[in-house]
Amino acid sequence: MCGIVGVYLKTKKFEKDLGKILSGMLNNMESRGPDSAGFAIYKTENEKKFKYSICLNKLNFDDFRKEIIKKVKKPTINQYSDHIILTTSDEPKKVIKVINSEFTNISLVGYGRSIEIFKQVGNPKDVVKKFNLETFSGSHGIGHTRMATESAITTDGSHPYSTGEDECLVHNGSLSNHNNLRRELKKQGNIFNSENDTEVAAGYVSNSLSKNKSLKDTLISGLKDLDGFYTFITGTRKGFAVVRDEIACKPAVIAETDDYVSIASEFQAMAHLPSVNSAKIFEPEPGIVYSWGN
Amino acid sequence: MELDLKKLKLRSINETLQNLDRKKNERDFKIINPEGSHALCAGLTEDMNINIKGHVGYYCGGMNQKAHITIEGNAGTGVAENMMSGKIHVKGNASQSAGATAHGGLLIIDGDASSRCGISMKGVDIVVKGSVGHMSGFMSQSGNLIVCGDAGEALGDSLYETNIYIKGKVKSLGADCVEKKMDSNHIKKLRKYLKEANIKNLKAESFKRYGSARKLYNFKIDNLSSY
Repeated sequence: MCGIVGVYLKTKKFEKDLGKILSGMLNNMESRGPDSAGFAIYKTENEKKFKYSICLNKLNFDDFRKEIIKKVKKPTINQYSDHIILTTSDEPKKVIKVINSEFTNISLVGYGRSIEIFKQVGNPKDVVKKFNLETFSGSHGIGHTRMATESAITTDGSHPYSTGEDECLVHNGSLSNHNNLRRELKKQGNIFNSENDTEVAAGYVSNSLSKNKSLKDTLISGLKDLDGFYTFITGTRKGFAVVRDEIACKPAVIAETDDYVSIASEFQAMAHLPSVNSAKIFEPEPGIVYSWGN
Repeated sequence: MELDLKKLKLRSINETLQNLDRKKNERDFKIINPEGSHALCAGLTEDMNINIKGHVGYYCGGMNQKAHITIEGNAGTGVAENMMSGKIHVKGNASQSAGATAHGGLLIIDGDASSRCGISMKGVDIVVKGSVGHMSGFMSQSGNLIVCGDAGEALGDSLYETNIYIKGKVKSLGADCVEKKMDSNHIKKLRKYLKEANIKNLKAESFKRYGSARKLYNFKIDNLSSY
């Protein structure tokens, strides 16, 4: 099953409420995915530096802090439960190398100038509370509640998946050709951290974007290359996009007003949104890419 | 009687409607704040009028018998699924599999219905004032599917004896679905359905009828290589 949600704000009116809106949506999608939950928030401030979203797993925060300040340039570290947001002017190439070589037990869940990602196993209501999602502000956000099918219930198996700078992807469905595609992408230099099918879709998107293809064109070619059932929401720094496979068994509803576009697996996830009853509500058509802000 | 889903639990509302107190003669209900709830008004068996103010989730009015339900909003997957009799009127759009496996009654959708509308329908009459998505009427067995707009790909794939009437364009026909002649009986019947759905601006003669070529009914040795 799985529940996916996303909000893209067209105006600044609800920027401060983004976390509140998204947490309500995730809480309402608990019935579709009780195993784990996660979300990505895009913030507009301080885009000169890079932010690294890290899950510490069992590593002690103070131990991590002590070590990392020696290794990256003037970091600021904000802790949210077992996740931290590390901000530094150091480039991803360097920081990823440091994290992979010096800290073997932590997971880098995403990085970029704008994105912050949090994901963990457990009931969505608990996960949302744990990371204080309600207090977040931002320009757009994407979330996921997981009912595990293709791989184990772990932090690595949770969505969103981020495989490139400021990129993320959530998925409702399952892919059948992910093993072949993973092999292909590995040959081209993509790195994967799990056996999960969705991570392959995220890698496919990153690989294509790195070749300067637009997000829309990437998802159009994905309709041919990704075999399986899916509704995807993908996020980039400037916006987000939605696509359903051509059979369209996996649901999606979009509500659009002058101030925002929201998408969810079911309308009930959006029932609490401001003036949703006067919004334009429609289902994305199968095999058509819908995008905003890109 | 007004039933508010913000104050009452879904289950208690459904139970009230499923176990009507016959001594009270209360037959008109209004449901407010549905907020996309699933299985609202499922399993009703009595004559009653229900007006739902807002959007509903999956399987609204599923298994309905006798009740008349109006949804003043959109409906999620499987509205009127397995309906036996009565009437369900969706004033907005309906999601996929509207009227799936329904045996009887009338389902009216003022907007569009997405994919697989009338899948495996077994006698229900469905009138869609907008368009329907792909694979509508898939494996449908009996009843009438009337679409005032267009139909998506693979209309009526592998259907049995359902009559499908389409006013607009058909993107493609599914396996064993063919266009059929409209005789005076069909026109008469179609007029009746258009009237019931309060459609005044369309003439029954302007629709095209589709049905089964009946070539999949029996095994054909010529098709052996396809299996």
